[in-house]
This record gives sequence, C-alpha cells and structure tokens, in this order.
Amino acid sequence: MAPGVGKTYTMLREAHHSKEEGLDIVIGIVETHGRADTQRHVDGLEVLPRKTLPYRGTFQEEFDLDAALKRKPQVILMDELAHTNVQGSRHQKRWQDVMELLDAGIDVYTTVNVQHLESYKDVVAQITGVIVRETIPDTVMQRADEMELVDISPDELIQRLKDGKVYVPDQARHAIDRFFRKGNLMALREMSLRRTAELVDADMRRYMETERIQKTWAASERILVCIDTKESSAKLIRAGHRMAEGLKAPWIAAYVETSRKLNYSEARRERLEENLRLAERLGAETIVVQGDLNIADDLIALATSRNVSRIIVGKPKKSRLRAFLTGSILDELIRRSGEIDVHVITGDSEDVEAEKQKAKEGRVSRTMQPSTLVSLYYVYASFVVALSTGVGFLLAGRLRETDMLMVYLLGILVVATRVGRWPSLYAAALSAIAYDFFFAVPRFTFTLMGLKHLGTGAVMVAVGAIIGNMTERIRRQARLARIREQRTLALFRLTSELTRNADSASMVEAAVHNVETQFQCKAAIFLPDAQGRIKLKPGQIPEGFTVEEVGVAQWCHDHQEPAGFGTDTLPGAKALYLPLRGTQDAIGVIGLRPDGAPHWTEPDQNHLLEAFANQAALALERVILAERSARVQLDVEREQLRNTLLAAVSHDLRTPLGAITGAATTLLGDQGRLTEAARTELLETIQEDASQLQRLVSNLLEVTRLESGVLEVRKDWVPVEELVGSALDRLRSLLADRAVKVELPSNLPLVPVDPVLLEQVLINVLENAVKYSPADKPIEIKGWATDKAVTLAVADSGPGIPEGEEERIFEKLVRLSNGKSRTGAGLGLAICKGILEAHGGWITVGNRPSGGAQFLMGLPLEGQPPALPEEEAADA
Amino acid sequence: MPEARGTILIVDDEPQIRRYLRATLCTEGFEVLEAVTAVEAEGLAAGHRPDVILMDLGLPDMDGIDLTRELRSWCDAPIIVISARGQEKDKIQALDAGADDYLTKPFGTGELLARIRVALRHGAHGAAKESVPVFEMGTLRIDQVHRAVTREGQPVHLTPNEYRLLVTLVKHAGKVLTHSQLLKEVWGDVAGAQPHYLRVYMAQLRQKLEVDSARPQYFITEPGVGYRLRTEG
Repeated sequence: MAPGVGKTYTMLREAHHSKEEGLDIVIGIVETHGRADTQRHVDGLEVLPRKTLPYRGTFQEEFDLDAALKRKPQVILMDELAHTNVQGSRHQKRWQDVMELLDAGIDVYTTVNVQHLESYKDVVAQITGVIVRETIPDTVMQRADEMELVDISPDELIQRLKDGKVYVPDQARHAIDRFFRKGNLMALREMSLRRTAELVDADMRRYMETERIQKTWAASERILVCIDTKESSAKLIRAGHRMAEGLKAPWIAAYVETSRKLNYSEARRERLEENLRLAERLGAETIVVQGDLNIADDLIALATSRNVSRIIVGKPKKSRLRAFLTGSILDELIRRSGEIDVHVITGDSEDVEAEKQKAKEGRVSRTMQPSTLVSLYYVYASFVVALSTGVGFLLAGRLRETDMLMVYLLGILVVATRVGRWPSLYAAALSAIAYDFFFAVPRFTFTLMGLKHLGTGAVMVAVGAIIGNMTERIRRQARLARIREQRTLALFRLTSELTRNADSASMVEAAVHNVETQFQCKAAIFLPDAQGRIKLKPGQIPEGFTVEEVGVAQWCHDHQEPAGFGTDTLPGAKALYLPLRGTQDAIGVIGLRPDGAPHWTEPDQNHLLEAFANQAALALERVILAERSARVQLDVEREQLRNTLLAAVSHDLRTPLGAITGAATTLLGDQGRLTEAARTELLETIQEDASQLQRLVSNLLEVTRLESGVLEVRKDWVPVEELVGSALDRLRSLLADRAVKVELPSNLPLVPVDPVLLEQVLINVLENAVKYSPADKPIEIKGWATDKAVTLAVADSGPGIPEGEEERIFEKLVRLSNGKSRTGAGLGLAICKGILEAHGGWITVGNRPSGGAQFLMGLPLEGQPPALPEEEAADA
Repeated sequence: MPEARGTILIVDDEPQIRRYLRATLCTEGFEVLEAVTAVEAEGLAAGHRPDVILMDLGLPDMDGIDLTRELRSWCDAPIIVISARGQEKDKIQALDAGADDYLTKPFGTGELLARIRVALRHGAHGAAKESVPVFEMGTLRIDQVHRAVTREGQPVHLTPNEYRLLVTLVKHAGKVLTHSQLLKEVWGDVAGAQPHYLRVYMAQLRQKLEVDSARPQYFITEPGVGYRLRTEG
C-alpha cells in the first residue's frame, strides 16, 4: 500500500516457506536498503548476480534477465514491480521483465504499492498531490494468481518512518514527508483494501464461472470511450477502464478521424497516439473511425455495430453560443443514443488551459510553416479584388450600383475556391472597403458610417466567410479522400504484388520494396528457421541492419510483440520490429529502419503499417505452407525412391556376392575331385560377378554424385573420336567378339564436354546395347554435326524399345519387362541422362525402321575452341 | 627357385590387398617387402632399395601423394600408385608428384604385371636412359636416328609437333603421361598451351598411325588423366 509497510519482508518470509516446501526459488532482485531484519531473510536464499550497465559515466546495477531465464528456477523474487530499468536494459520497465519471466514458465513473487497502478494514478494525484510517474498497466496485475495485502495502520507506519525503519532516499525526503500524512495513508490503505477486495471478488466470480454456478448475470455490457487529441482524454480512458473492470465488460476506445486532423499540430497528434496507447495498455480495443461532418452519427453507428451498452464522453467545453452555432456532439449523441447509456465525465480545468495554450502554439507553428505561400495567397486575394474593381469601372456606366456588389462577390468566390478561408475573408473585407470607396455613392469617399453600407459590408464579409468555410471544408474532404485513396491504393498495390509472386523469396522482396516506398525507410523481413531462430550469415544481413539488430528481431519473434525503435522493449535499436503473424503460426519479423523521423507514428499510418504487416504475413504464410508441403512431398518421393533403390541394390549386391562366396568356398574345399573344366567355370563365375559388382558400385557412386549435386563438369574441347575410342577401349573385353561399326565424319568439330563423364555415358549406352541385343549382330555408332550440336547415335539390332517406354527407360531403377532377366539396378541410363543434362545436352531413344533400338545423344556446341598455334614447316 | 626378378615394396594398410599382391608377386618370382605406414615404407625403401614401389594413396599416417613427393627427393625407384579412389584429380596429382604410373582398384593380375614390367624396364636401365634409336611396335617403325616413321613399310609424314609427341610417348612407352607432362614436353613451358592442342594432335597421330582411329590399339586415352602408348596386350 505504501513504502515501508514491509512488503519486501513479507515476500522474503513467503519465499522461505516455499523453499521449505521444496520449491526451487531464487532472488532475482531485492533491495534490503541495509536493514538487518530484511537482510537476515535474504541469507539462505540463492541470489542471482546482477548485471552492471554503464550509465552516464558511472555503472549501475540492474536485474539480469538473461541470467534468470538461463537459470530457470521455479520461482523468482522480483522486488518493486513498478521500477524503471536502467537505460540499456532490454525493457524499460521491470514489469516487462516479469512478463517475460512468466512467459518462460517461471513463477514470480513481486511487490508493488497501490499508487503505482495505472488506473489509480489520477485518484492518487488528487488525494496526495503527488504525481506518480512509475506506473504499471492494470493488465499486469490481472495476471497475478494471488494477491496478498500487506497492511499496517497509518499510525504505525508513521511511527516506523519516525524510527527510521523506512528507507527514504535523501533527495526525496521532503516529498516523502508530504506524502506520509495520515490522511494520505488512510486513503491509500482504503484503495489497496478495495483493490484486493475487487480481486478477491473477481476470483470468486471466475470460480463460479468455471464451476458453472448459475446466477443471474448482468446483461453483457460493452463500453465505448470516445477520445480525442486532448490530454483530458486520458482521464476518460482511465474511467472507462475502471468501469469496464467493475462490469467485467470489454471496452473500446474510439477516435473519430475527421478532415480537421490534417491541420493538427505535431503535439496534438502525439497526444492522440499517447491516448490510444494508454487505452491499449489498459486492455481496450482501439478503433480509429474514418468520419466526417457528423461525429455523433459515426459514433452511434460504431456503437450499434459493436453492441455497445454504454458510451463515455467528456464534458463539452464549448461555450453555449458556439455550441448553438456549430452544433454539439454531446447533444446529438444523447438524442440519438436510444438504448445506450451515455456517461459524461469531466475533463480537468487545468487541462483546458493547457490545451488552449497548446492549441495556440500548434496553430502558430502551422501557419508559420508555409508562410511565403500564405502571403502569396493574400497577394492573390488583393489582386482579385483589384481586378473586380477594374471590371467594376469598366461596367460602371451600364450597371447599377448594387450590381457592382455581384462583381465583388464573384471575386470573393474565386478567392475562396482557389486559396481558402482566411484569404477569402480578407478578400471580402477588402471588397467591402473597395466597394464603399469606389462605387458606393458618394463615390471616392469612405462612407462607412452610413448604416446602409455598413450592412452591405457585413453581408459581404459574412458571404466571404461562409463560402470560404464551405470551400475549405470541401477542399479538406478532398484532401482526406486523396490520402485515403493513396492508402487504399498502397494496400492494393501490396496485395496484388504479393499475389503475383509464387515463391517466398520474391514475395519477401516485393513486401520489403512496398514497405520501403510507403514508409520511406529501410525495411527487411526476417524469416526464422524450423527451430524459430533467425540465423543470418554476415553477408546475408540486409543493408542498414546489424547483428545486434537481428537480435532484436529475434526477441520480437520469440515474444510476438513489437520491439526496438519507438517501443518499450529495446528502444535503443535503430529499427522498429513487428512480428508477422499468420493465421496459424508466427511467420517472421519485419524490421523498419527510418531515414530520419519515422513515418508511421500517426495512428492512421500506424494502422496502415499494421495492415501491411498483416497482408504480408498472410501472403507469406500461404506460400511458405505451399513450399513446405511441396518439400514434404518431395521428401516423401525421395524417401520412396531411396527405399526402392536400397531394395534393388541389396538384391543386386547379394546375388553376385553369393555366387562369389559359393564358388570360392567350393574351390577351397576341393580335395582333387573337381574337374579342370569345373574349376575354370567356378573361377570365371568369381571374375564375372566381381566385375558386375564393380560396375554396380561405380554406378551407385555416380548416381550419388549426380543427386547430391557435387557432380563437377570440367569441360574441355574433345574430339568425338577420342571419346568413342576410349569407351570402346575400356569395353574391349566385353566387345571382344562383337562387331562394332563406327562411322564418324573426319570433319566433326571438337565438343565442349567433360571427357570422363562422356566416356561414362558412352560406356553405359554401349553396355546397354550389348546386353539387349543378340551377340552376333553388330553395334553401330554414328555421329553428325549441325551448327548447334553434335549428335551421336548408338544403335543395336535387338528387340527395340516397347512403345510408350521411351521416356521411362531413363528413370532410375527401370528395367523394361521384355528383356530376359538382366543384372544391374537400372541405373546406367539414368546416369547418362543426368550427365547429358548437366552438359545442357539430351538423350533420347527410338526404334530403327530396320529393327533395334537407337540412342541419340546431343552435345551442344557453344563457342569456339581456341585456335591451335601455327606450326613451322614439316620436317619429318 | 630362380633368381628373383626384382624387389617390390608394397605400401598398403589393407591386409587383404597386401595378401593378394604378395601371393601373386611371389608366384611371379618377385621378392616382396611390405609396409603398412608411410614411415615403415620410407625405412624399407632406404634399407632395401626396391626396384618398384606399389603404393596405396590412403595411408594411416600420411597422404600417399605427399609420400610420393618425399620418396622422389632421394629414391628413384618407379612408383606405381594403387588407389581405390577412381578420381582423376588424385591420379594426376600423384603422377605430377613423381609417381610413374597408376592402377585403380579393382584391377586384374595381367594389368598389374604389365605395369610392373613397364616400370622395371624404365627403372632398371636408369632414369636418364636415352630412348632406343629404333622403336618397333606392330607394323609401326620409328627410327629416331633418321627421324623417319613408317607404317607397313610405307613412310608416314608427320609434322614437327606430331613427331615430338610421338617421340615423347615412345620414350615413356607403356607408361601413362599426364596432359601437363605431354604439353610441357611438346610445347615447352608455353603459357596458354591448352589440353585440346594435345587432343587434336593425338587424333592426327591416330589418323596417321592407327589401323582404325576410332578403336586405337597404341595411342590409348586415359580419360581425364592423359595418354599412354600401349606396347603390349
């Protein structure tokens, strides 16, 4: 309830109880202020070391959040919840540290004085005259599972203060003395008692709800608080919060944005933002309504659409006359509210004064800005009046004196439509004077005193004012419409660009680009990996961001809350980070680093930014999910292939191994019974099956190299004849009894290929031809060239390829069914295809009219080989 | 037992391969020394002066390529690299480091013995032996004294580069020569000499000297490594 009542002491005592019950409990931060009895309770508990931060040349100690998260006890003690952290800490406030601890699953014992509660700030200020700066949002208190009131009587507390048992910093001695008056203490005590009672009540109700205890409930309530740019709105917000708390009702804070807002000073806009933020902190839903002309209508529309039962508005401060002339929002609101209750609450009188002062400042600064332009407007207005006068002179003979007025009115109208209210008013006044002087009889004299002309002048000024006002309003509406249109357009552009991109990388790029142009900043989107870590190599860090900044993005992602520049968390960062939330998952983080002042602090821009982030998140989620499912599909396919491969390979490995083992053991166990022919046969079996194994293993290695993408193509200019020759040479034992016809024109160009890989292709194709054609039929190799490629043909006279299998034959593990039982895992041709594709070439198969299969291999020709150096004259 | 045909040092850490080589080579009448590590190999090479060294590239204590380089600094016995790695880069590295030839596992006994014969021929007569003045191979006759090449008795006209290439191959007949070794021999240390020069000249030699240039008998391509003049088999 107040300093010195013994909160820390109570908390420590509680901690000891918990420790005795076997809980893992540590002290995060506790200030003993050197009091022995408190210190005694600290002893025996584990105390987390504090972090030292440099601050204005000295070092300050602060609670070490990271150490606490790392230590991860069951319970942690955090004294003084409302404490403001030393600059450089992650969060501005200790309660934010506490929230993070709670989110990490650590229970927290903490202490707080009642006056630090946000919603009691005003009341405390009223009673004690002390404005409390360190406040905590009421929502924080709502997360407390249990609240224990530390209560002593005011007399006792004052006595303790006198005895020096209350720690008071020297510089605050005076203020404290004023604070510790009996009246104040009684009020604070009452407040804390009431607060605790409310909480107990709320607990009770929650209990009843969960236990389904029936009871008549008040009809569901919803509260709407109408706020504006005034400071007094904060009071409305707090009142709304208290009412919402009391009724256990959801509440909305709404601001109606009108065209007038365009003219607001920087200070007023900031205040509006502050108000909206305050409302959000206190748990309200904030809405900015786009409205104009009739604010009451907009508010009622909102209230009906959201089933609002109570509206809270501030007391109007307009004078009665002004209210009569311009209409009163409050009157209208009450008249149209129907079923809805309207609560009218006072704003502070001081506030009004300050408000006026600030409004004045705002206005001055506004008109100051485009001063040259403004003075030009007046020159223009003067010119138009002069022109009207000129026209008047020209028509003087033909027109009646009163018709002259029409000429001037026309002028005023022109000024009003072109340059606005004040110049048109000026033009009206000037016109009245000019008319009076030049045309009103007696001419060329001022007859202002004449009642008749005075009336004329007044009407003129009034007309000027009305037209000016009207055109001004129309212009503002047009401007607002333009701004809205731009906003809609920007969103539309983003959405359409996002939908145009099918992969996440280009989508990220599009989103970043859109955000950068819209908010004039450096933007980046950070996507975490499967473990939720945002990992970037030094080269990948986007321009304008650093490793430290990525850390902030990580925090933002972990906690799904905005962080960095302009927020309460890590405000020292250079950029603002917003979490990108999809419908199911956290997608990533968008970072915006402003060039100069940020362009998103105004509520409408802020909302636009949120809309951008939402759109981007949803679109990204869509493609990321699509990509993920495609990847999973691919993995499944790959897995299946791997399994088939494994099955085929293990079969093909075991068969020759079995034959070799069998033959070898027979030979070893021979005791002279085997005939010479049988011995030779067994030995041949061993040799053949061993070479078969070797082919299989090298094919497998080749496939692995192709699939893992480590295949390196080392191109060189090679004669086709050499490729064919070396392949035939390597197969010379296989081809020993086979006729091979080679027809290669002598003028075939060199081909840019990897000779080792191409030899492999030819070997595989030739082996295939040997395998699938009768031993007495020749194999033919031909080659021809076009401008773009050299084609090699390998033809056999076997049964050919069954129709429809021309593609499938190049797939892995495919052995066509028409052949007899053959060996090999069906990898050879798949390897050929892989190698040729790595060269930009191709391989196809077809049947020759004369019978047999013909493989065609295309080797693209690119560029020219460097010319050979000239040789000296032949001498041999 | 007749006098040993020579001493062969086997450097391999695989006992099965050592056993196979020992059995085969002993039967062929060679004296066999065995080393498992590079250190052992160096000791045996220094102590016994083997005529041929068969070396595996993957040794437990040192890379075979480094061992080759080290041995080359003081030992001129021909080194035949035996490696399970089928990768051309390793072969070229070993050859450029001073190895004389290579065999890729698995290999047949015939191939092994042929390589050993070539190595012994080149090693036994001293490294700096000038090549035989007249070299005959099938129907080919190369007379280096008169710089004359005949095929089936008919003179064959060769350009200077073709002739230099042929002579280089003849000098190292039976041995593999890497692209860079051949380029250096024929074109000297000309910067920018491209491997395809070699291929073009080799194709021309085949056209002129082989019966069927698409199925060469003598001028054998070692894909990705270089060329070899086959003198037998």
